[in-house]
Amino acid sequence: MQAFWRDTVEFLPILMSGVALTIIVTIGSLLLSTTLGLVWALMRVSGVGVLTGFSAGLINVIRGIPIIVLLFYLYFVMPELGLTLTALQAAILGLGIAYSAYQAENFRAGIEAIDKGQIEAAQAIGMGWWQTMRRVVLPQAVKIVLPPYGNIMIMMLKDSSQASTITVAELALQGKLIASSTFKNTSVFTLVALMYLTMSIPLILLVRHFEKRAGQK
Amino acid sequence: MIELTNVHKSFGKVEVLKGITASVEKGEVVCIVGPSGSGKSTILRCINGLESYDSGDILVEGAKVDRNAPSIVAVRTQVSMVFQRFNLFPHRTALENVIEGPIYVKKEPRAAALERGRALLAQVGLSDKIETYPPQLSGGQQQRVAIARALAMEPKAILFDEPTSALDPELVGDVLSVMRKLADDGMTMVVVTHEMGFARDVADRVLFIDGGVIVEQGPAKSVLNQPQHARTQDFLRRVLHPL
Repeated sequence: MQAFWRDTVEFLPILMSGVALTIIVTIGSLLLSTTLGLVWALMRVSGVGVLTGFSAGLINVIRGIPIIVLLFYLYFVMPELGLTLTALQAAILGLGIAYSAYQAENFRAGIEAIDKGQIEAAQAIGMGWWQTMRRVVLPQAVKIVLPPYGNIMIMMLKDSSQASTITVAELALQGKLIASSTFKNTSVFTLVALMYLTMSIPLILLVRHFEKRAGQK
Repeated sequence: MIELTNVHKSFGKVEVLKGITASVEKGEVVCIVGPSGSGKSTILRCINGLESYDSGDILVEGAKVDRNAPSIVAVRTQVSMVFQRFNLFPHRTALENVIEGPIYVKKEPRAAALERGRALLAQVGLSDKIETYPPQLSGGQQQRVAIARALAMEPKAILFDEPTSALDPELVGDVLSVMRKLADDGMTMVVVTHEMGFARDVADRVLFIDGGVIVEQGPAKSVLNQPQHARTQDFLRRVLHPL
């Protein structure tokens, strides 16, 4: 146990620099996936055949490709096509795109759960499609969407570790590097696990809060 | 001000409107009665473009109703709609529901919209519910907010789609009396209803619809008291004397 505390003091500063990158990757890809997901979802429910088809197809393609392959593609293949990304950029872009499919399906479910009468009432006072979405449908859909959104945030935090495969020195990669140079696997990976858990706890509490609030209505 | 000429409409293979020709004059109150599934609501929904129609013409103040044309917004701001299930926006207070259209569709100044919104809610007897959210209101109160919301658009006509059918019996009267007052004030109204008393007392004209066609129409009292057509007689007998 004493050895563990000694290791903690020694490795924590290095691991904390990994935590910073983990948070950057998570927040970056969360923002990107939320934006893209909303766009896909709105296209999907637009009622315009081309947009609906494009969005449905895209979501299936994204869902069918493992995140790690998507990351390899962005980081190793794109330079050959003339687009060079830093590891961090590729990680945020890859995770953002990968998760946009799940975000889109979640948003779509929320939008479609809104009573058709609401849309008719909005149309009946002269609102157009976009205004109906913005003023009537989306504000109500948010409540439905939030609990699963919180779960996606937690999954995203953990999946940010996949960025390690394309050299982003986030928490998991820092841990692996320390472990392979010191052989203190137990201390290092226990620390890494505890740090992920610590970051998840606020999110878990947030989900619980969302669920409670959604349950009230 | 509302004219329908030979309007046909099918849902899939089922033809629900089989050539409806009718008109509503300014200031007139027209009640549409008939068995369920006869196409009554569909007529209303076609008039303000919530539903498309397959052939024929619907004109509002001389402008053709086409739900896919930009002009539909102008039609909808002139012809408001009150729904059977109220369809108030649950995330907005009674007052916010009423001012939503004026502010965000008609781009009225907020202060003026708020002032009129309060006056309209007072007019329907809900001065004390201005800041209340719809889920906390009774059905009758919700429907009166919905009528205030329709009035806030300063429409030339209001379409009522079975406005009291979803209400507990003791709440029907409040809504009907608000509607009667509107009629007395000269509002043009088209009302799909099963309230034969309201139709007889308030309507100028009654259309009896069955199977997608207008079977009989005329002054309210003559259609409801001395129906000429056998189907009208049968329907009225079953509505008025269900036992």
